[in-house]
Amino acid sequence: MGMAARVEEKLFQNRYLVDSGKPHIVVAPHEKPSTNLLAMTHICPAGCYVENAAGQVEIAPDGCLECGTCRILCEASGDITWNYPRGGYGVLFKFG
Amino acid sequence: MIEEKFDAIVIGAGMAGNAAAHTMASRGLNVLQLERGEYPGSKNVQGAILYADMVEKIIPNFREEAPLERHLVEQRFWMMTDRSHTGLQYRSDDFNEDKPNRYTIIRSQFDRWFSKEVQGQGALVICETTVMELVSDAYGKVIGVRTDRRGGTIFADVVVVAEGVNGLLGARAGLRESPKPEHVALAVKEMHFLPREVIEARFNLQGDEGVVIEAAGTVSKGMTGMGFVYTNKESVSVGFGCLVSDFAENQETPYGLLENFKSHPSIKPLLEGSEVKEYAAHLIPEGGYKTIPQLFGDGWVVVGDAAQLNNAIHREGSNLALTSGRLAGEAIFQIHSRREPMTKQNLAVYKKLLDDSFVMKDLKKYKDMPALLHAQSQNYFLAYPTLVSKAMENFLRVDGTPKLEKEKATISSFIKQRSLAGLVGDAWRLACAWR
Repeated sequence: MGMAARVEEKLFQNRYLVDSGKPHIVVAPHEKPSTNLLAMTHICPAGCYVENAAGQVEIAPDGCLECGTCRILCEASGDITWNYPRGGYGVLFKFG
Repeated sequence: MIEEKFDAIVIGAGMAGNAAAHTMASRGLNVLQLERGEYPGSKNVQGAILYADMVEKIIPNFREEAPLERHLVEQRFWMMTDRSHTGLQYRSDDFNEDKPNRYTIIRSQFDRWFSKEVQGQGALVICETTVMELVSDAYGKVIGVRTDRRGGTIFADVVVVAEGVNGLLGARAGLRESPKPEHVALAVKEMHFLPREVIEARFNLQGDEGVVIEAAGTVSKGMTGMGFVYTNKESVSVGFGCLVSDFAENQETPYGLLENFKSHPSIKPLLEGSEVKEYAAHLIPEGGYKTIPQLFGDGWVVVGDAAQLNNAIHREGSNLALTSGRLAGEAIFQIHSRREPMTKQNLAVYKKLLDDSFVMKDLKKYKDMPALLHAQSQNYFLAYPTLVSKAMENFLRVDGTPKLEKEKATISSFIKQRSLAGLVGDAWRLACAWR
């Protein structure tokens, strides 16, 4: 929990333009997450992936840094669908 | 929205895309460049070090105008344990020259400037526009792109795919596979702001001199990875990265590793009192020569990180991006000048130019290194740093033990950990992969 809190603090430094209601990453419905999908709960550098009480993995991509790590690990297996945010939306790096 | 057909469309306004767009526009081609960010640079992340030679080949007098941070006079390589580092440092006043060789930069600022130069050459640059797919004709030739703006397809003779490491378009069009987890690193980075004079005092710098620290060892917890500290004028870039496949097999978080690196006794005093203003993450191509995909086809070429063109051993990426973008632009200009079509056969000249350049020669040299570092990560990132640290401490601590006994203890610690055959094998494998 300590780490999760810290990553939220980090994301707070960043600028985002969130495309409300149009998440660019969607987790496919599942009963039990695959190994890689479950691993995203610690790999995602923005902490977007969380395991819910039922043991399923959910995503809240508002803080997404658009690195693509989850795409590398989870797209081919069909665990997630990944698109770039609409032009102009998403993270806006001041420094990069 | 756009009726006309362009000589070339460039997807992306990073180093490779800007190099390609500038090269073609300055030679008179009608170029459209599409960027999904609010402005060029707003989606781009790098350490970042800029290599002057590769920029000069595109914009010879860039030093007069470009937003540069510090020119590098010193490099520190640190092999770390949790409480120590053993360093190899090189500093030279010869790096204080009229036209310095390497600079730190802030990518969002540099890319924005670079894009203005591209526009100055006559290219049309449209931001806040995400390309959704490459459009092909019935024969599979790429003839344009479809964007998320209304108005459908925009057509061009050739499309330069400079979409970066996380390239969706090329993979979706079947031009190449997406990178494998063992062939990309995930790096996270923070921008720490400090007064200019504090940075100069802490890092032993004068004026615009800069220093780079690159560190590997137990701080990556046995994974293939490393940390870095780059000095900018009024900020310090601090980052940490590991292979995605290693992250998948461990329980570490990237931000946890970054915090751990920042709290290392050798790093912490350098950052004391800083104000953090941004946190970024990015993938880095690490697979090297063996993972380079098909680079050209009917109506398209791929450049930069999207083509996995990154020298992981020297941590050079932006120069390979600049060079591949420039060479793609030159190849397209040659074909265009002859009034020939942008066929796969004609565009092969891009690959030829790349093969003859340092880009492919360097990547070929280190073709076996990525796999070796990955397979031997426990040894190279945990065992050896620990052994070297103990050897150094033993060498330096004066406690009445005769020196001969100290030497014997050090040698036996290496043999006990790796065995004589293991030590010789590790050295041999490293030497072979380095050649």
